[in-house]
Amino acid sequence: MRKVVIMGCGRVGAALAMDLSRSGDQVLILDIDPAAFRFLPDDFNGTKVVGNGIDLDVLRKLGIEGMDVFVSATRGDNRNVMAAQIAKHIFGVPIVASRVFDPLREEMYRNMGLRTINPTRVQAKRLKRIIDAKSDEEANEMVAEFMRQEEI
Amino acid sequence: MYIIVVGGGKVGFQLAKELVEANHEVLIIEQDAQKCAEITDELGDIVMEGDGCEATVLEKAGTQRADMLLAVTGDDEDNLVSCQVAKERFNVARTVARINNPKNEEIFRKLQVDITVSATSAIMAHIEQELPTHHLIPLMKLKGSGLEIVEVRIPDDSRVVGQPIKNILLPYQSMISLVVGEDGQPKVPSGETILHAGDEVVAVTMHESEESLREALMSPPPPRSF
Repeated sequence: MRKVVIMGCGRVGAALAMDLSRSGDQVLILDIDPAAFRFLPDDFNGTKVVGNGIDLDVLRKLGIEGMDVFVSATRGDNRNVMAAQIAKHIFGVPIVASRVFDPLREEMYRNMGLRTINPTRVQAKRLKRIIDAKSDEEANEMVAEFMRQEEI
Repeated sequence: MYIIVVGGGKVGFQLAKELVEANHEVLIIEQDAQKCAEITDELGDIVMEGDGCEATVLEKAGTQRADMLLAVTGDDEDNLVSCQVAKERFNVARTVARINNPKNEEIFRKLQVDITVSATSAIMAHIEQELPTHHLIPLMKLKGSGLEIVEVRIPDDSRVVGQPIKNILLPYQSMISLVVGEDGQPKVPSGETILHAGDEVVAVTMHESEESLREALMSPPPPRSF
């Protein structure tokens, strides 16, 4: 069982929190907006914390030093990479991952040693593939295939 | 020098103005079109509209030949990323970040931003200089008598360090009523109790005698005369 902090309870953060929590990880999810936790289903058994993930005091208080994984998935690229660097370089969290929408920034921080992922390029490619499909059925089959690849 | 200023708010605007007056080549990068127009009216054509954290924008701004990049927006995360992109992708020799939350100074330094400037820290440093470092804290007033209870921490260089209380000349109607040593143990003092540096002393005094009490307990020993 890993101790995981997820910063940003949007659709992605919430889905990841559920996924990890169901497979036995101990999950703490952080968001500056308490209304964001609506994305979590009622049976989520992790911890919800309202707070800012780029605030050192907030991170210390939630026990970041003992965590195994830190994920930043807010809407803000800069907030995500700043939080990730704090977790990695100030608090020594072993696994740190971030979503970064800007492809150039994503590549740069990946080269600087963060685990980053850029959803925009992958999605643009997939969207292109479904509009190039010969029929709606073929497009839907492609989407089903994407889902199978990701075990959704 | 060619200097890029990211953020055209009050700080960025004034900085750019000064730098232009000092004959530097300056470019402000600002996201807000309205602000860009205002700056252009005042300072001429030295503004580029865009996100100063984006590599494509910084490339168009000619960041590769910049001697310095100053990131002075109101958001620390934007200032950090702007400096990091300038360093990593464009090898800018000196990056300067404005820090809004003083707690972030440590982070920025660790993440190789060359210079950080925090208005909060600068102002705090000034305030601390102005305030007496050794002071007496009034805790409560005793009703009717004009007496009050105050707290004092004995400084390292105080004249009373190592002295028994009976040797200390206290102002009229002042009394030391409690001494808490560095071990956290409270004791009711007698005349023989020795005071140590760092002791918390709770005393009763007249309001008018506060300053004399402070003097008696906190000031350094008088210079010796032979």
